[in-house]
Amino acid sequence: MTQQTKGRAWCFGDNIDTDLLAPGPYMKSSLAELASHCLEAIRPEFAGEITTGDVVIGGTGFGIGSSREQAAQALVELGVSAVIARSFARIFYRNALNLGLPVLVCEQAGEIADGDSISVDAEQGLVTNHTQGTSYQCEPIPVELMVIVNAGGLMPYLKQKFSAENGANTE
Amino acid sequence: MTVATRVGATLAEKILARASGKPRVTPGQIVTCNLDLVLMHDSSGPRRVESRLKELGAKVFDPSKVVLVSDHYVPATDAEAAEILALTRRWADNNQIAHFYDMQGICHVMLPQQGHLQPGMFAVGGDSHSPTGGAFGTFMVGIGATEMTGVLATGEIWIRVPHTYKLQFDGQLQDGCSAKDIMLMLCATLGMSNDYKVMEYCGSTIDAMNMYERMVLCNMSAELGAKTGIIAADKTTTDWIERTGKTPAEDALSWRSDADCTYEKTYQFDTSALAPMVAAPHSPQNSAPVDTYEPTRMHQAYIGACTGAKLSDLHMAARVLKGRKVAKGTRLLIAPASAKTTEAAAKDGTLATLTEAGAIMLPTGCGACAGMGAGAIANGENCISSTSRNFKGRMGSPNSNVYLASPYTVAASAVAGQICDPRELLKA
Repeated sequence: MTQQTKGRAWCFGDNIDTDLLAPGPYMKSSLAELASHCLEAIRPEFAGEITTGDVVIGGTGFGIGSSREQAAQALVELGVSAVIARSFARIFYRNALNLGLPVLVCEQAGEIADGDSISVDAEQGLVTNHTQGTSYQCEPIPVELMVIVNAGGLMPYLKQKFSAENGANTE
Repeated sequence: MTVATRVGATLAEKILARASGKPRVTPGQIVTCNLDLVLMHDSSGPRRVESRLKELGAKVFDPSKVVLVSDHYVPATDAEAAEILALTRRWADNNQIAHFYDMQGICHVMLPQQGHLQPGMFAVGGDSHSPTGGAFGTFMVGIGATEMTGVLATGEIWIRVPHTYKLQFDGQLQDGCSAKDIMLMLCATLGMSNDYKVMEYCGSTIDAMNMYERMVLCNMSAELGAKTGIIAADKTTTDWIERTGKTPAEDALSWRSDADCTYEKTYQFDTSALAPMVAAPHSPQNSAPVDTYEPTRMHQAYIGACTGAKLSDLHMAARVLKGRKVAKGTRLLIAPASAKTTEAAAKDGTLATLTEAGAIMLPTGCGACAGMGAGAIANGENCISSTSRNFKGRMGSPNSNVYLASPYTVAASAVAGQICDPRELLKA
């Protein structure tokens, strides 16, 4: 789970909502199509220019709105390696961790500038800003949830759990 | 070992303690709860969980506890939507889902309408407006599709026990004001980042409210960023449950916060001083009293969604529209929240009042609120809406503007062709 690859920071403001991340009109389209419209209402070039390993930075209430998991999944599809924000909407936070997308609550998220080179150690909750030569200690992901994150998301976690149970049943 | 001093618990804490099989729980603690009820819909439901359940080799833990509603892609407007609905029906059948409502209404309205909610229940729904169930003293939260897969496979979910805010409302609402105005005022006052909080609504204003209006309070707790909203059951609640043909739980009225419980914060509001509120684009937080707005032309007025198209919402609109006409250059679209809502509105004459005023009736469903059905808005257009969200692009073009208001204010604005205070029209 530990990630140390560098990525470009894409900075957004407060209350980045799920309609911006996963616009309703594309909700019945394929994930690739939906993801190509991610955040286009406020930053049309985002989906086209982002590269694998980049990091999305938000203010407070990142992911507010709908329960649509595609809001987090679109970011995964585009190759986003982590989201760092001052606070997250709770359903988005759960969805992201369930999909194996590290989301870190960071009080100093606002100090990161658009285009900064960032690397993220999700396990330690440590964000390094290579451009500014600083690092930020984020709130740790609760230990109860790290088991899901470490498994790579809820599906791999449940698979482990179910195969263990099935194994136990056959013994 | 020391014996802990007994202190009271909030309603939310009591439900989470029961659902997790613990004598008591404390805020911040992570507990695993057993589900009493699971709500799914066509958008985040079967099409998103079917293959995942197969991948796990898991079956639905208890099909009798699952309520499935087709409300997002109804009626199908193209082949893709039709396929989603067909998949939903097939999945319901294959999994012997006991309660499947196909195109009968919006899920958050179907649950109470069909008597599925009881005080003290612990429930989840695959939709962010699931807190609506809190109006019935149910602890209900929204979840995403992977989470739903886990819930269906295991019948349980982890929950971080939230702190509770007590929101007390006293006084009588002015004529032309409603629960929607209370929520828009709260979005402006408390903001939208009340993360991991339970909003417990109480006070004489709430006691006097019907269940439809209480549902609006809990529904829009989602816009406050809260984990959920909840209201302790009273006779109004149990009367509703009885009218659905169900029997209220024996302990229904005992599900309430203890007098000596700990609220993280307490807010008190005088609702008699509240004016009708309007939220400017693109956030519910941008709410201000209707009379602070400059004349703003409205191309569309929309009455719809779980938040704003229940029977009481249609009644509010009809009171304003009776004997009046929708302004030239403005279109008023109304999508009732359920088929039974339409039926009741037809029987009591409301529907005739609405259509005589020039309203266009749309099919029941989530519709334009979620940018999915009929009623999308164009580049540069303004729409005033009784729905709950006005995020950029939500109802159509990314360059359209949505204003949020109560059904009273939406109807008044449809008549005026611009943002309009309904109190004047109700007096006349």
